[in-house]
Amino acid sequence: MNWQSWLIGIFRSMGYGTPLLIATLGEIYSERSGVLNLGVEGVIAFGAFVGFAITFQTSNPWLGLMSAGLAGGLISLIHAFLSITLRANQVISGLALTMIGTGLAGLFGRGWEGTPLPFLARRILLTQNNFIFFTLILALLLWFFLFKTRVGISIRATGENPAAADASGINVWRIRYWCVFVGGVLAGIAGGYVSIIYRPAWTEGTTGGMGWLVIALTIFSFWNPIWAILGAYFFSAIFHLSFRLQAWIAPELLKSSPYILTIITLFFIGILKLKIKKAPAALTQPYERGE
Amino acid sequence: MRMLKIEKKTYTSTKSILFGSLVALLMGFGIASLIFWAYGVNLLYAYQKILKGSFGSSFAVSETIRRAIPLLLCGVGLSLAFRASFWNIGAEGQILAGAIAATWVALFSGIPEPLLIPAMFFFGFLAGVVWGFIPTFLKSKWQVNEIITTLMLNFIAASIVLYLIHGPWRGEEKRGFAYTNTFPQVAWLKMIGTTRVPWLTLILGLVAATLVYILVWKTTWGYEIRVIGENPDAGRFAGMSHFKVVLLVMFISGGLAGIAGVGEIAGIHHLLRNPEHISLGYGFTAIIVAWLARSNPLAVILTSLFFGAMFSGGDTIKVSLGIPFQAIYAINGIILSLLIASIVFTDYKISIRR
Repeated sequence: MNWQSWLIGIFRSMGYGTPLLIATLGEIYSERSGVLNLGVEGVIAFGAFVGFAITFQTSNPWLGLMSAGLAGGLISLIHAFLSITLRANQVISGLALTMIGTGLAGLFGRGWEGTPLPFLARRILLTQNNFIFFTLILALLLWFFLFKTRVGISIRATGENPAAADASGINVWRIRYWCVFVGGVLAGIAGGYVSIIYRPAWTEGTTGGMGWLVIALTIFSFWNPIWAILGAYFFSAIFHLSFRLQAWIAPELLKSSPYILTIITLFFIGILKLKIKKAPAALTQPYERGE
Repeated sequence: MRMLKIEKKTYTSTKSILFGSLVALLMGFGIASLIFWAYGVNLLYAYQKILKGSFGSSFAVSETIRRAIPLLLCGVGLSLAFRASFWNIGAEGQILAGAIAATWVALFSGIPEPLLIPAMFFFGFLAGVVWGFIPTFLKSKWQVNEIITTLMLNFIAASIVLYLIHGPWRGEEKRGFAYTNTFPQVAWLKMIGTTRVPWLTLILGLVAATLVYILVWKTTWGYEIRVIGENPDAGRFAGMSHFKVVLLVMFISGGLAGIAGVGEIAGIHHLLRNPEHISLGYGFTAIIVAWLARSNPLAVILTSLFFGAMFSGGDTIKVSLGIPFQAIYAINGIILSLLIASIVFTDYKISIRR
């Protein structure tokens, strides 16, 4: 095993890091506005299914990818309505969304089980390498938007102290709705990326577990799009390495390391009074305007 | 801007809770009908099959009860945790921890035969507790969010099970499959008649529901749990220890989930296998079970039966109509969404203001 083969391996692992990063960027926006979306696992699965189905029917992968995003955004509105408007518990509402998304994908995908996308449907520009590039630009743009623009400040203010944000004229509900919607769009695109570009076929559970990695990665990257870039490729490298390092460590155990690392990260945030980002202060708290 | 104003009512009657839940269930089945319809299935036939598969025969009823047992054990524990506002969404991992411990006892511990089953329950309970205590300590000592840690520990537990069945615990007799060896028959739970219902875990579940009810409503500890759950600051002001309360709650919640894992392993599978086959998401479904019961441990008996019926009905439509089992997850998710929406209408007063 020489260094080139390792390098190629790591580069390949970036293929899985791409959808992970896209969905994490969405979850970062949602959580920065104060809404934990545990439904992302279901949204990705749903997006993957819709993306595949539309691409299969129309032979247009662009349309498929856009439909995946739209489907992800729309299904996420369930969570937005329950947790923002009705102020239901975000944990329960998110888990319900996961059940709905994975359930619908599994149910309606059944007829396509094992079907590959025809080669023709893959068009120019839609390659994994290009997407690495697109996604990096997206991450930088979303970082800039979150930290350097007025709307970005409003989003962060909403997640940290919604009452103060409200008092300063920010529409807390609108910001949260948009962030959950955009988060859903990105998760849907991530799912579509998997079923259209990364593994152009439909198998049930093709995105299985990615949403939970996204939840972990959002914390691991301190709710920051730039750190998410590193985190996403680091996590996907771990998945790739789990096969290469078999001789030294069981792949099953290595694959759980993202979850262990997330707990350790949270532990260190808690135990050391580091000046690093903690979770948005109002995360999981519904907002109600006081009198 | 015109918006909804939502205020918590000081008192919600049981009648309005029942009514709200019923409306949510009916609406849930209504929306599920649309999905079945879109899937091209005769609705009445599908519901008839679900009903038959869950309550239509004595076998169907026994299958419903079999599915309800792990939901009952986990749901009772979760109802207690939620009562204390400790968001344990890690029952799935605690089930697996119990299953691992039970497997160790049955295959590797060398504990003498007559003590085997008691030891499986003891260590299974303990393993669930240990798995539940990790997030408890992290939360109480360093304010680490328990939602995330309990969630992450589910996947870590699943990884450990996968590691064991592919690696050190892989059985010689199961050529080609990642299973452990089958347990010796003395480590199998006795069933009621010819059913697949282990009487021991059924009784344990019912006893647990009763005891937790008494704990919550008739003891000082229960009073502290309720106060801390409603308002941690008030509890602290009154001199209650948040740490002790959460420790007690997670001792019971984690332990019961561990027992659920023992029951599945010792009662149904008799070996350790892929985590997805040990638990069909019982730990996650138990969250709905506890939620639907409004964290009332006695009501959990009913709600776990309901979702047990959904699972066994799901088995039936999978076989007779070729509808994938995932349909049940989708329906459960829809019902759950409507239930949490219904709470807003039953427990809160809604008015429109400008």
